[in-house]
Amino acid sequence: MDADSLLLSLELASGSGQGLSPDRRASLLTSLMLVKRDYRYDRVLFWGRILGLVADYYIAQGLSEDQLAPRKTLYSLNCTEWSLLPPATEEMVAQSSVVKGRFMGDPSYEYEHTELQKVNEGEKVFEEEIVIDKAVAIIPRGALFKTPFGPTHVNRTFEGLSLSEAKKLSSYFHFREPVELKNKTLLEKADLDPSLDFMDSLEHDIPKGSWSIQMERGNALVVLRSLLWPGLTFYHAPRTKHYGYIYVGTGEKNMDLPFML
Amino acid sequence: MEDSTSPKQEKENQEKLGEARRSWEGKTAASPQYSEPESSEPLEAKQGPETGRQSGSSRPWSPQSRARTPLGGPAGPETSSPAPLSRREPSSTPSPPAPARQDLAAPPQSHRTTSVIPEAGTPYPDPLEQSSDKRESVPLHTSQSERNTFQQSQQPKLHLCGPRDVSYNNAKQKELRFDVFQEADSNSDCDLQLPAPGDSEGAPSMLETAIQNAKAYLLKTSSKSGFNLYDHLSNMLTKILNERPENAVDIFENISQDVKMAHFSKKFDALHNENEMLPTYEIAEKQKALFLQGHLEGVDQELEDEIAENALPNVMESAFYFEQAGVGLGTDETYRIFLALKQLTDTHPIQRCRFWGKILGLEMNYIVAEVEFREGEDEEEVEEEDVAEERDNGESEADEDEEDELPKSFYKAPQAIPKEESRTGANKYVYFVCNEPGRPWVKLPPVIPAQIVIARKIKKFFTGRLDAPVISYPPFPGNESNYLRAQIARISAGTHVSPLGFYQFGEEEGEEEEEVEGGQNSFEENPDFEGIQVIDLVESLSNWVHHVQHILSQGRCNWFNSIQKNEEEEEEGEEEDEEKEEPDYIEQEVGPPLLTPISEDLEIQNIPPWTTRLSSNLIPQYAIAVLQSNLWPGAYAFSNGKKFENFYIGWGHKYSPDNYTPPVPPPVYQEYPSGPEITEMDDPSVEEEQAFRAAQEAVLLAAENEESEEDEDEEDDYD
Repeated sequence: MDADSLLLSLELASGSGQGLSPDRRASLLTSLMLVKRDYRYDRVLFWGRILGLVADYYIAQGLSEDQLAPRKTLYSLNCTEWSLLPPATEEMVAQSSVVKGRFMGDPSYEYEHTELQKVNEGEKVFEEEIVIDKAVAIIPRGALFKTPFGPTHVNRTFEGLSLSEAKKLSSYFHFREPVELKNKTLLEKADLDPSLDFMDSLEHDIPKGSWSIQMERGNALVVLRSLLWPGLTFYHAPRTKHYGYIYVGTGEKNMDLPFML
Repeated sequence: MEDSTSPKQEKENQEKLGEARRSWEGKTAASPQYSEPESSEPLEAKQGPETGRQSGSSRPWSPQSRARTPLGGPAGPETSSPAPLSRREPSSTPSPPAPARQDLAAPPQSHRTTSVIPEAGTPYPDPLEQSSDKRESVPLHTSQSERNTFQQSQQPKLHLCGPRDVSYNNAKQKELRFDVFQEADSNSDCDLQLPAPGDSEGAPSMLETAIQNAKAYLLKTSSKSGFNLYDHLSNMLTKILNERPENAVDIFENISQDVKMAHFSKKFDALHNENEMLPTYEIAEKQKALFLQGHLEGVDQELEDEIAENALPNVMESAFYFEQAGVGLGTDETYRIFLALKQLTDTHPIQRCRFWGKILGLEMNYIVAEVEFREGEDEEEVEEEDVAEERDNGESEADEDEEDELPKSFYKAPQAIPKEESRTGANKYVYFVCNEPGRPWVKLPPVIPAQIVIARKIKKFFTGRLDAPVISYPPFPGNESNYLRAQIARISAGTHVSPLGFYQFGEEEGEEEEEVEGGQNSFEENPDFEGIQVIDLVESLSNWVHHVQHILSQGRCNWFNSIQKNEEEEEEGEEEDEEKEEPDYIEQEVGPPLLTPISEDLEIQNIPPWTTRLSSNLIPQYAIAVLQSNLWPGAYAFSNGKKFENFYIGWGHKYSPDNYTPPVPPPVYQEYPSGPEITEMDDPSVEEEQAFRAAQEAVLLAAENEESEEDEDEEDDYD
């Protein structure tokens, strides 16, 4: 969620129950402002909170002008001091996916795994966050548009989805470089608007049914929750510009999803 | 001016806009109006040659002047704006505001116009017409020698344009634009063209023609949409100039789309709109009813009664504390839930009520309230046991009705363990759920042990509809409302904790060692509870105790010995066999007794079952202790030393570090005693059949012989 509209966003996303305590909220408001200034980001998003056994990680992302460029990730333990998470290499990604279980809450904690070397928790947090972000960060259709020169911009004339559109999964896109777009048939591509439809939509996510769409407050708010990564909540108030997502969870994938549906 | 008009027009457009910005910086829409009349001029000028010339009279000028008046009006105070355009001079006299837009008669102005025209580039004494005249004159200057012709041509054009202008405001804008290109052009080229009066005769006509062609092209109506580019551009530019967005060029296409969409102004379609917003209004109405319920009978006495017997918990207070921990539903939503709970307590005879939590579902969510009815006012419970039992024993009974007596199966279903009585064990509280505050509360049926046992083996998402079937293996005996109730029971048993000492056991009744069924069942609040330091609560888990009975693996809290009942029932023949196969004595299941500290809880693979935190590290003196369950993610408890509360918000599933594996189906059971009746045999071969038949016949013969002998004997006897 955008750091500029943090309070409203937290209020709208409160349906999932997990939010932020007042002191964290207050410190976030000030510290994210400073982060934006110091790192010169165009937009700062509060990504969410990963619950650890001892302490929680608060994660924020900084975006540059081009909205689809790789985002910088920052983490903090107390919402006041933010540090950049180091980018991860491929092997580290592979390693950390093997180590399962909850996070401890201490970035210097080393996981031990019989086969592999120790994995630093800080890196693991980062990779987990990247994985979750790639998998489930979403954006409503029309919120970003692509210019012919390449960069993606925030669409200032985005007025929000209409009610009927808001209930469909196809109106939401993954907030990442498209992966499946090329696999679409020509017929499908003909209907796409190249400036708006340049990301993957949620319709074809596997497993099917891994998103739960609900209207709360009687059609005044549409909430999407991911069932594959429980804890991710996306909210959007139809016909308004407010939308955002937040992840509050343990950082673990729900591998039992096919049994649970 | 004699270049091809289309590229020029574009350039002029830009120039116009540029000029517009420059010259009209900070100006409001006065500017467009300002230039409009001028545009009307060249427009008219272009049409001039065609329409023929009429000698000028004040009349034809009037539209122009009318156009100018508003120009003059706003231009009056703003005449400084044309200053950058060298030929203009600010006129300070305010002109009458522009009622004259529609006013076709403005003779004095026309006079001025005419008087102005002959002068090129000279400051005009007439304040009203100064700027506008200058504007007009600027384009006119393009062909100075032809001023007269211009005027003449303009007159009829004015005439033409007049009524058009009146009827169609936008035309002004178009004219504005054209005017501006003229103006821009003439600004730059005027000087050049001044010395060339000789060409002027041919030039304007060619120019005009070109411009006219261009304009006609722009005015061409699109065959698809019925719009034309001219109108569209004029609308867009008006919109841009009115709204002044930043970086308009970047969102130009979007603006274009918006303008097009605006044409499809929705008429108020009652039907269509209603469908979309109906659920919103519905729920709003229901929630409004919530707010109004308090005012239905505003009698003072009632108020006192309410305050006296307060079954309602202080939900807002608990919500406040939970918010400190970062858990909660938002203040408004919590307040609505509060009101819904109040409605619940008003309509049902409730002793105590508590907001248990929220369970998320796929389509809808559940808001759960834990309720204890008043003594003796229990609502009757539907008998559900019979259904379960029938299902188990149905197999063996159905078969017996067949004609042929089929072999009797000696399978006897294990006796269904009866559910616990209400107010005891897992059924201690009654639970009500609703999907959203404002919707009616639905009572959940009491839970039976079989449901809990199977709920432990499956993991399914809730859909949000209470009557949805739960399709799983092992098959769940019930629908979603039963599954929900079972999960609620499990969560309560696993995660409802309180600070040590808050509850104490009631007076101890005589315990019989042999029949201890789960130990103490009852507890009550300790009136002498003095509170525990928050720091202690956070540091040591032994300061918290479970105050809900643990559910045994049987599915009940109090042990039920099924063997004893078996002996008491009438035994069928086969049951004796069965009895021998079972152990004579089933070990009594024992769970941790009530009020055990949670430090005794088992770990989950090296993860402690509870996480404790202080709600705030910054201000520890007012912080509260927060407990988070790792076994049931989403279960929270807080305490500030004296007060405590439990809450659940989540999907309703237990945490397991390993993935869920569905239980394996049991091995095929030997149902029937194998004997000759059901053992399959090979069909006899032909020789065997013949041999068999021969043997049978032989026997028959023998029998007949005997019978005939006997008959004979009998007959003899009767004789």
